[in-house]
Amino acid sequence: MSRLDPPRVSRRSFLSLASVGSFFVALGTAAVGMLRLPNPAVLPGPVRRFKLGPPEQFSAGSETPFADQNLVLFRDDEGFYAISSTCTHLGCTVARSKDGFACPCHGSRFNSKGSVVGGPAPRPLPWLEVSRGANGDLIVNADNEVPEGTHYRV
Amino acid sequence: MAETATKEFLHNLHELPQTVKDSCFRLGKEPESEREESQATFHNLFLHIHSVRVHVRTLKPTLTFGLGLAATASFLITLITGVLLMVYYKPSTDLAYQSIKDIHFTVSTGRFIRNIHRWASQLMVLVVLLHMARVFFTASYKKPREFNWLVGLGLLVITLALSFTGYLLPWDQLAYWAITIGSNIANSPRELTDAIGITKFVDPGGFQKRLLLGANYVGQDALIRFYVLHVFVLPLALVTLLGVHFWRIRKDGGLAKPEDPPGGLAEWGGERRPVFQPLATKTYGLMALVKGKRPPVNRGPENTVMSWPHLFWAELSVFMVTVAVTLILAFYSDAPLKELANAAIPENPAKAPWYFLGLQELVSYSAFMGGMLIPMIVLVGLALIPFLDRRPGGEGTWFGTSHERSVFWQSLFFACAVTVGMLAFTVNYGWLRNWFPNIQQLWIIVINPGSLFVLIFAAWSLFILKRKNSVRLAAVSLFTCFLVGFTLLTYFATVHRGPNWHFYWWPSQWPAH
Repeated sequence: MSRLDPPRVSRRSFLSLASVGSFFVALGTAAVGMLRLPNPAVLPGPVRRFKLGPPEQFSAGSETPFADQNLVLFRDDEGFYAISSTCTHLGCTVARSKDGFACPCHGSRFNSKGSVVGGPAPRPLPWLEVSRGANGDLIVNADNEVPEGTHYRV
Repeated sequence: MAETATKEFLHNLHELPQTVKDSCFRLGKEPESEREESQATFHNLFLHIHSVRVHVRTLKPTLTFGLGLAATASFLITLITGVLLMVYYKPSTDLAYQSIKDIHFTVSTGRFIRNIHRWASQLMVLVVLLHMARVFFTASYKKPREFNWLVGLGLLVITLALSFTGYLLPWDQLAYWAITIGSNIANSPRELTDAIGITKFVDPGGFQKRLLLGANYVGQDALIRFYVLHVFVLPLALVTLLGVHFWRIRKDGGLAKPEDPPGGLAEWGGERRPVFQPLATKTYGLMALVKGKRPPVNRGPENTVMSWPHLFWAELSVFMVTVAVTLILAFYSDAPLKELANAAIPENPAKAPWYFLGLQELVSYSAFMGGMLIPMIVLVGLALIPFLDRRPGGEGTWFGTSHERSVFWQSLFFACAVTVGMLAFTVNYGWLRNWFPNIQQLWIIVINPGSLFVLIFAAWSLFILKRKNSVRLAAVSLFTCFLVGFTLLTYFATVHRGPNWHFYWWPSQWPAH
């Protein structure tokens, strides 16, 4: 039998092949379609721009934890900066330790600038964008990271 | 005519209880002969998954310790108590915690039912793990039972998933931070994709996290998803797989057992047990035949007994023991409920339930390696066992082939030494990040105590493979290492990890805060 003379496919085997094939195509399509539903089109979430109050209320050299916002606001000679207190490992909230931050869940340790000094955290604690609102209040946008060392001067 | 109809009616009315009873049970009476005993088995929807005769060897308690049945029993207990808890539980972030408190403090028997649910689920996890170890060490995964080993692994995964989704529902501190950590573990492939810089194009981690949370924060969307998984999807999957599991036990020829000695099997137990009563009016139908080397028909005496009542007594007693253990635990020990979920601050230390603490220890080395890759490697490794160890022998006997026991003990000591040594080293000297603060994350993902455990255990198993020239012994060494690693890591994280995941000899030394 040559390539030019392929074996004849009977009508019955062609039809059964087609029905099995279409079943699996339909199954695959349905599976993809069903995965699309639980994959949210819109990610709902609270606004993560926080108004922290007028700059005067934070003295130079101060650090102010904002527990509900999961961040710590610092002020030094160069200005303001905010460091997120959400661990970059698995999302627990880090607490202030003697020389930086420590995570209660898996033992990641960061120095007071947020750099990793121990434990499993893959990245330093993010520095967050600090700005001022129309009335002069400090605003931290927790969705916007800025490079480490970025200070906001008042 | 009218009078006879009335009489007939009254007669039927009088006979009503008996006729209703007879219609329910196809046999209609206590079985008296072996034929009727087998009918009692295969004429009953719930019993007919059993073979009508069962080998005495498989009834011996020390072969199985009834572990599979105890797992099933504890699942049935969680199923029933779970439905009861659903009556009051409200899957809403505002109401969940209060509804659990209501169940605990106000609902009549609510506290007891919740305790039973919790203890049965803990027991289920423990017993499923022990059952797997039993099946492994009695070599019961060998042909033709390879597929059922895979089904069993699926059941193990579903059992753990049910436990995990279960303790998320009270929306207390444990729940909230477990969801946070769990969804971030699902997100942890990003550790890898970030390290090689492809997250923008391929982001399986982000997809998994979105699928679990349904939002970019842990809230109502996440709770309802885990609720649906816990009360519907996972139990349905478990029941389905459980059906396949049981069906395959039957079709694969019952529990694994060694070949009976040829001709006459009287050596075992010293009694001869005839298969068929000489006076049986009818031979057994095909229902009595199961997959095996030879059908038992016309084969003379063999070491089997009727399933009714012998097997059913045994099963019932395992079931009752499981219920009793659960009830006693539930009576004396309350299921915990921590403080209301607080998104601002986790507990310190924030510990998972015991069966995930080994995993938590691994995750504290690297989220991706410990939380995703190693569990995946372990599962794939376990799944491959029956397909790599294919030489028959030792089925249905504890440590059945030669040298198994000694390899088991050697591996036990080896794995203990490696695990303790590695943990002691990590606690004392830290790991790469402490020595090279600027090291690339990729190095830590690849080289950490967890991945070294896997490597060393695999190397040990290869060493046994070469030295003992036996695939089964290599599998024994690897499985023993896995069990020891799991147990020791669980113990270590339970007892010796304290606030900030620091090492402490005892919880009493934890600093007050």
